[in-house]
Amino acid sequence: MPSQSEDESLALNGADRSPLQPALQARFEEGALQAQPTVDGIETLWVERDQLRALLQHLQQSQGFEMLFDLTAIDERLREHRDGQPPADFTVVYQLLSVSRNRDIRIKVALLQPALSLPSICDIWPNANWYECEVWDLFGIRFDGHPHLRRILLPPTWEGHPLRKDHYARATEVEPFSLNDARQDTEQEALRFRPEDWGMQRQSEDSDFMFLNLGPNHPSVHGVFRVALQLDGEEIVQAVPDIGYHHRGAEKMGERQAWHSYVPYTDRIDYLGGVMNNLPYVLAVEQLAGIEVPPRAQVIRVMMAELFRIASHLVFYGTFAQDVGQMSPVFYMFADREKLFGIVEAITGGRMHPAWFRIGGVAQDLPRGWDRMIREFIDYLPGRLAEYDTMVLGNGTLKRRTQGIGVYNTAEGLAWGASGPGLRATGLDWDLRKKRPYSSYDQFDFEVVTASHGDCYDRCLVRVGEMRQSLRIIRQCLDNMPEGPYKAQHPLTTPPPKDRTLADIETLIQHFVNSSWGPVIPPGEAMVTIEATKGLNAYYLVSDGSTQSYRTRIRTPSFAQLQMIPLLSRGLFVSDLIAIIASIDFVMADVDR
Amino acid sequence: MAELGVIGLRVLSLLGLLVVSAALLTWLERRLLGLWQDRYGPNRVGPFGVLQVVADMLKLLGKHEFVPPFADRPVFVLAPAIVLVTVLLSFVIIPFTPAFPLVDMNVGLLFFLAMTSLAVFGILLGGYASNNKYALLGALRSAAQTLSYEVFMGLSLLGVVLQAGSFSLGRIVEAQQELWFCVPQFLGMLLFFVAGIAQSHRLPFDLPEAEHELTAGFHTEYSGMKFGMFFLAEYLGVILVSALMTTLFFGGWLGPVLPGWLWFVLKTTAFVFLFVLMRAALPRPRYDQLMCFGWKCLLPLALLNLTVTGWVLL
Repeated sequence: MPSQSEDESLALNGADRSPLQPALQARFEEGALQAQPTVDGIETLWVERDQLRALLQHLQQSQGFEMLFDLTAIDERLREHRDGQPPADFTVVYQLLSVSRNRDIRIKVALLQPALSLPSICDIWPNANWYECEVWDLFGIRFDGHPHLRRILLPPTWEGHPLRKDHYARATEVEPFSLNDARQDTEQEALRFRPEDWGMQRQSEDSDFMFLNLGPNHPSVHGVFRVALQLDGEEIVQAVPDIGYHHRGAEKMGERQAWHSYVPYTDRIDYLGGVMNNLPYVLAVEQLAGIEVPPRAQVIRVMMAELFRIASHLVFYGTFAQDVGQMSPVFYMFADREKLFGIVEAITGGRMHPAWFRIGGVAQDLPRGWDRMIREFIDYLPGRLAEYDTMVLGNGTLKRRTQGIGVYNTAEGLAWGASGPGLRATGLDWDLRKKRPYSSYDQFDFEVVTASHGDCYDRCLVRVGEMRQSLRIIRQCLDNMPEGPYKAQHPLTTPPPKDRTLADIETLIQHFVNSSWGPVIPPGEAMVTIEATKGLNAYYLVSDGSTQSYRTRIRTPSFAQLQMIPLLSRGLFVSDLIAIIASIDFVMADVDR
Repeated sequence: MAELGVIGLRVLSLLGLLVVSAALLTWLERRLLGLWQDRYGPNRVGPFGVLQVVADMLKLLGKHEFVPPFADRPVFVLAPAIVLVTVLLSFVIIPFTPAFPLVDMNVGLLFFLAMTSLAVFGILLGGYASNNKYALLGALRSAAQTLSYEVFMGLSLLGVVLQAGSFSLGRIVEAQQELWFCVPQFLGMLLFFVAGIAQSHRLPFDLPEAEHELTAGFHTEYSGMKFGMFFLAEYLGVILVSALMTTLFFGGWLGPVLPGWLWFVLKTTAFVFLFVLMRAALPRPRYDQLMCFGWKCLLPLALLNLTVTGWVLL
């Protein structure tokens, strides 16, 4: 259904796909860059380790790649299908995004044991800091010149690097865990906050600083999240976010679950986003498998995703007001969300985690009467939103608390990897649904909501505007729902359409195999990014031609945005930090995975 | 001797009445918030959930009396008692009916101001003795807030005193026979109400215990009945400020047809409702904004009110 592009250099979704390699080749030595074809069509270049920094610097400064979109690694040691790729034990992958040119590039570096180290790029993109820590933590690859390379998701006492293929994936593969007193003491001691480790002074010339441990259990940190604060009175000198308390190894689970049975796990990444999480995953698998999704399924997906965008934004709106001390709005908004969940339940059978999208379509067709329920809801919500405008956005105290607080501009946002409503609040109209329409978003009429100040208040303003736009999209789904199958007629659709299984033996076998072992997805690499509730959410899947993914990388918006907290809160008060945390709109599951 | 017995009876009945109404107020507040927030609130224990307060009290009494090992024990235990006792003492001057102020002091208002100043010690000591950073920040906020708002609370009341020509609350009510002071002292009334909310640490002036910033502020480390005493004191504070609003600006027991005490109760209840409504409706300003508001806006207004009142009377 996405319109066929006539220009070869453009991908189906409108992103610029003309190869950069010829231009780069001229600048770098012969053979320094080697291209790798991938299923997703994103230009992928292998580079030598000593050329890496020069290449990345060139891409950022001269080629307009403002954002380090993702930085991750692959343990290649057990991978069989590596045709045309240089030999490697580990590959580090740099995924860059150019907003100005609407294009991506993927840079890969091959590493051979035992030389598992690379130069750090924290000075090129500030957000590389956490990503490099994560790669060190999960793969054991060092980054020379990193200011503070440490375990970021796992406890500091962890042994081994869990995303390596030789690390166990289930607790049952090792001795049962036990925590004796001695071990508990070591673990606790390891968590002690030492200001010196973070380059903090204990005193200034005229005062002693107070170190306040905000979280991991605190009413306003939205989950298990800890910020270590260096305070002068109530003024924040430095804030150090500490994450990892919600880490469940979602990426590792991707390597042991069948392609199909991983769908429910995606639901729990951004747990307020429901089926919105399924979307980038199934889109990436479908790209690997070459499945074309029928129009009805695409529109159903858009409709459900937008319903969940409203649900997520309602939670944001309520908790935002609550965190600046307004008690009531959250109750009204949760009541609205409850109505919405009623619809979700009627359609999918689930509420927060329906796991309802399938490889090749959706789980079931829409039930009878779905249109009446949705119409009632989209007629009901605008009135409520208007009331909330007066109650929350129009409130003078709330404005004084949030305007001009936690400001970042477009350039800072891009350099730190911010996306979604936060980035749009700085005035940049970067919405993937418009810039690179996926799942038939190009057929819908809606506007990209932006604001201009990039402060806490504007981030809220953008989300409120987005709820109205989502209602617009849902109304269009309602009025123009295409007829047809809700699942693709494709051998890899899981579970496969059943109508012909008892008619011929081929489809019966296919059905049996796909339902028991799960589908075998052809080898390849694909990354699909979508505009999720909180920003850009991407699944980067590596298939080695088996029933499971070889590597599942989940790039989440919250991870990047949380890293900005020190930048946003310096010199402000503790109460401002609370407003900033509320305005970022993260969930810890989305950060830690 | 008999006289002493009568006084004792009056003290005990007042004490009983106050504790019961403060306890009922916790239930009332939760039901009202429920009503305004499209939910039920406690409705399971007893008719309309009114026995919820009994259940809550039993729970608090059944809690382990815990004092954190790092706290300063004697001060930690004493602090909630100071807060509760000062609030309770303030009630002795309230004239519920012409015959029932416990003590008709001719410096009644000054006594009230003195007691509220003392109450802040309880909070400050509690926060300090807890030896907890959140509690300390809460206590510091509380001290700064109370000191700032006390200044113009006193000033806002002086208009009333000038008009009535007395600090005695009984005399002030009698001076309102012709016209309630809420009319000539409209500005003074507003100022006193704002200061009263600040003194009782209620939203939007609940910064000392701002849940979203300081977990529970000065009483973070408190549990069981020691927490219960802080809690009770907060609700008594609400009743106290409402009762004073009634007495100072809305003619106390004065009113047609109904008996005086009923008028008093009705008026006071109306203000209690207003307190709850404000909690449901308003967000919380930032600490420095609160201070600025107090010193730069309310204090000049209070002085203006006093000057104009003095000028008119002269």
